[in-house]
Amino acid sequence: MDDLLADFLTECSENLAELDLAVVRLERTPNDQPTLSLIFRLVHTIKGTCGFLGLPRLEKVAHASETVLDKFRNGALSVSVSGIGIILSALDRIRLIIDGISATGAEPVGDDSALIAVLEALAEGRQPEGMPQGAIPQPEPTLALTSAALPREEPAPSESSAASVPAAAADHPIEAAPTRGQTIRVSVDVLETLMTLVSELVLTRNQFLQQLRQSGNAELTGPVQRLSHLTTELQEGVMKTRMQPIGNVWNMLPRQVRDLAHDLNKRVDLVMLGADTELDRQVLELIKDPLTHMIRNSADHGLEGPEERQRAGKNPTGTITLSARHEGGHVVIEIEDDGRGIDVRRVAEKAVARGLATQEQIARMSDSEIHGFIFQPGFSTAAAVTSVSGRGVGMDVVKTNIEQIGGLIELHSTAGRGSRFVIKIPLTLAIVSALIVGAAGERFAIPQSSVIEVVLPNAESATRIETIDGASVLRLREHLLPLIRLRTLLRLPETGDEASTEMVAVIGIGTTRLGLIVDGVFDTEEIVVKPVATVLRNIPLFGGNTILEDGAVIMILDPTGIARHAGLDAARKDTATTPQEDDVQTEKSDMLLVRAGSGAPKALPLFLISRLETFTASRIEQAGGRTVAQYRSHLMPVVALDELSDLSRLSTNADPDKSYPVLVFENGGQPVGILVDEIIDVVSTDSTLQPGTASAGILGVSVIAGKATDVVDVGFWLNKACGTWFRTATATNRKPRLLVVDDSSFFRQLVAPSLAAAGYDVTVTESAEEALALRDTGQCFEAIVSDIEMPGLGGLGFARAVRDGGPWADLPMVALTGSDVVHEARSAGFTDTIRKFERDTLLLSLEQCLSHRIAA
Amino acid sequence: MSATLQTQSSQAVGPVFDRGEEIGFVTLMLAGMLCGVPVLAVREVVTNSKIVRVPLAPAEIAGNINLRGRIVTAIDTRSRLGLDQAPAAAERVALVAEANGALYALLIDQVLEVLSLPADQIEELPVNFGAAWRTYSKGVHRLADRLMIVLDLQALLSFQP
Repeated sequence: MDDLLADFLTECSENLAELDLAVVRLERTPNDQPTLSLIFRLVHTIKGTCGFLGLPRLEKVAHASETVLDKFRNGALSVSVSGIGIILSALDRIRLIIDGISATGAEPVGDDSALIAVLEALAEGRQPEGMPQGAIPQPEPTLALTSAALPREEPAPSESSAASVPAAAADHPIEAAPTRGQTIRVSVDVLETLMTLVSELVLTRNQFLQQLRQSGNAELTGPVQRLSHLTTELQEGVMKTRMQPIGNVWNMLPRQVRDLAHDLNKRVDLVMLGADTELDRQVLELIKDPLTHMIRNSADHGLEGPEERQRAGKNPTGTITLSARHEGGHVVIEIEDDGRGIDVRRVAEKAVARGLATQEQIARMSDSEIHGFIFQPGFSTAAAVTSVSGRGVGMDVVKTNIEQIGGLIELHSTAGRGSRFVIKIPLTLAIVSALIVGAAGERFAIPQSSVIEVVLPNAESATRIETIDGASVLRLREHLLPLIRLRTLLRLPETGDEASTEMVAVIGIGTTRLGLIVDGVFDTEEIVVKPVATVLRNIPLFGGNTILEDGAVIMILDPTGIARHAGLDAARKDTATTPQEDDVQTEKSDMLLVRAGSGAPKALPLFLISRLETFTASRIEQAGGRTVAQYRSHLMPVVALDELSDLSRLSTNADPDKSYPVLVFENGGQPVGILVDEIIDVVSTDSTLQPGTASAGILGVSVIAGKATDVVDVGFWLNKACGTWFRTATATNRKPRLLVVDDSSFFRQLVAPSLAAAGYDVTVTESAEEALALRDTGQCFEAIVSDIEMPGLGGLGFARAVRDGGPWADLPMVALTGSDVVHEARSAGFTDTIRKFERDTLLLSLEQCLSHRIAA
Repeated sequence: MSATLQTQSSQAVGPVFDRGEEIGFVTLMLAGMLCGVPVLAVREVVTNSKIVRVPLAPAEIAGNINLRGRIVTAIDTRSRLGLDQAPAAAERVALVAEANGALYALLIDQVLEVLSLPADQIEELPVNFGAAWRTYSKGVHRLADRLMIVLDLQALLSFQP
């Protein structure tokens, strides 16, 4: 027998037992809403699963029962004794069919039309024909008898079944018996106890081995080694009982999706990523049903039919992407479809119709708040109730199940583009590989998945720790890596052994990299993550704790928490060192201060610079009338950030070993270097820029770190270094047109060249009003980048105006902001929100927006 | 130090409730004061276990203890009650108790004996006791020679997030 079927049978038997109790309870308290919901869900689960397994008889009975239960649940029918009797007999019939399946592997033949007719009559509110009040449908007494034993006889008055079923059973007597014995369900507590005992056993074994090594008793060596092996195997075995790859649950999905697509007349592609992500068995069990529901929902409600997709200019085959990964002490499962997305207006209408919110409340809600309604019990926007889904049971069950295990579910949806559900489940007992590091004499674990490498900094070599304004950085292969000292982060006392070798564990969180200075690196160990005690849960730096092989309890660091903490610290430091002026509109940006030639220090926005390099004079050469340097298998044009400096003399006259700092900019893989005399500092400054000197290549003057500083027009110098700078990236294809809206001239002058450098055709406006005027003159763009904090309409108003209609209504809009307004920006209609000065993120976001549009 | 509990009266062995009238208390010393906790709430007494400090944790959290494969949070009872810190060299004993589904180890100075006391003889805390005592105790018992403060384990082990 199919594994799926066996699982289904086991589950059904459990559900049925629970159902019996619940129905009896319902009889006593007819209007108990939780009981009604429970019964409904259990029957719904049975119905849902048997649809995939090809059990039409069972499905029909379950569907008819569910219809009645749904009416009970929403109050359309009142729960009566006769109603409960009918439900009970339907449950008995379900049990009978299930017993038949487990005996023969196939549905027993039988006729349920009488029962279904009674159920349907009940659902329609009619008194079932020929049935006195309170009576139970005909087959019931027989059912009760037969369900106890093998279905020797079909209860329904069908001649053929009576003969065929026992025959079928007799044909497979051997097969029938073991089907229930193949798997047993073990309580998680038992596994947990085993796990704890095995851990103890391992510790004892380790101690034993240690003592044996010291005493050197040769006689014992053999047996102890066997004991040791057995212990290891036992440990692995017990571990295995708890952990399973999520793929085990996913295995059933392709078939389900295929069948669904077939039933719904749609074309669906199911992409599954990260199927080997291991999950705790218990967690897996709990997310199985929610996942099934959600995939069905995506296929049924999310994806459009092929014709509708074609009309919308999409690939007629819809894609559902299911992915799983470990992230910061959680398992993240994402279910994404490229369907029609969630229609906010319809959800809102329905919410009002159901009395979940008033019109006024809806008006004040953001899209994501409105999306939240779909997690309400009994909420379904499907116009027709189909047997696939659409009774509004799915999403509230999903949410309940996920929250039960301390997880979170989020929904991101863009009308017309699709929806993405993100489920975050705490990694309660997942086993992870961890790097054990030391700080101030204590040990900590870092999940190996976030450790990129471990570096031994060396004062003599290029990888040395430098401290600028109290902040440490490491020059690691041309990148500047921000450093955090673990001892400081955790406020551990100084132990006096500061002389010990410091090491840097480079950790990556998404695209962010940071280095953690530790006092030593010990080992990599497989650890069992145990959740931290409730009291300690509000310390964001820990993702859990664990017991090492030697019995020590150590904390597991959460890289995401550390990064967030570091980010917060940096922000706080900025405000502390540079007192804010009254101007609330000031926005901070990091500037690199350099000295080049005579005159004031020069400032360049740090976010434009790809890397900082040091070149000796001998590496800077003359070729083809230009100054170049060989750099990463490219000939990199180099220009000096100083009118007077003649680079051609550098290679001949100057000391060939003298080093010069070079700022490397990159455009589609082509580097360009700007040579300066000295790098002074990195400072955070606000963006007041006074147009000052008229000299070319300088945007103006700004007071930075108390000094008048020339702000460099990077675009000018890059053009000087390499005349093709703005053209290279776009020579082959048409430049996407981009509208940039920002009230600050400083930003306009910085953002525009950097976007132009990345190959966009950039149009700049100073205000939302000016931008809208462009719209009204019929100008077209592929995407809009807008500031949020602007006078007049402002960024949010602008987005709403754009989304309100007109030719720009569907354009991707990226918000640039200095503050945390992601939520508001999204609800106003922005596609994405980027912090100002994150050049790479902005470019990435634009690229994504535009590729979506091309694909769409 | 031995982890066994000595019993004074025979009723305290086995069922501690004597027809619902008497409650068994584990008596203990905390900064020179005699305190008691209901014996039924105490899972076990551990001595000499290594306490691993948890960085950034509140002062009341002494650290974690490995209790046969389970990680148990050790509570610095003195700090919780606002008492002076124990001398660094002092040996600490821990009473393991369960609260809100989790195990905690309450660090105390010394564990004494188990007393069986009439349940109705508990009295209100004298008014001159501090706020911390008021929060974390249920009252006092007048013993023959001194007072015994009844600690409220649930309150001691409930932390506001």
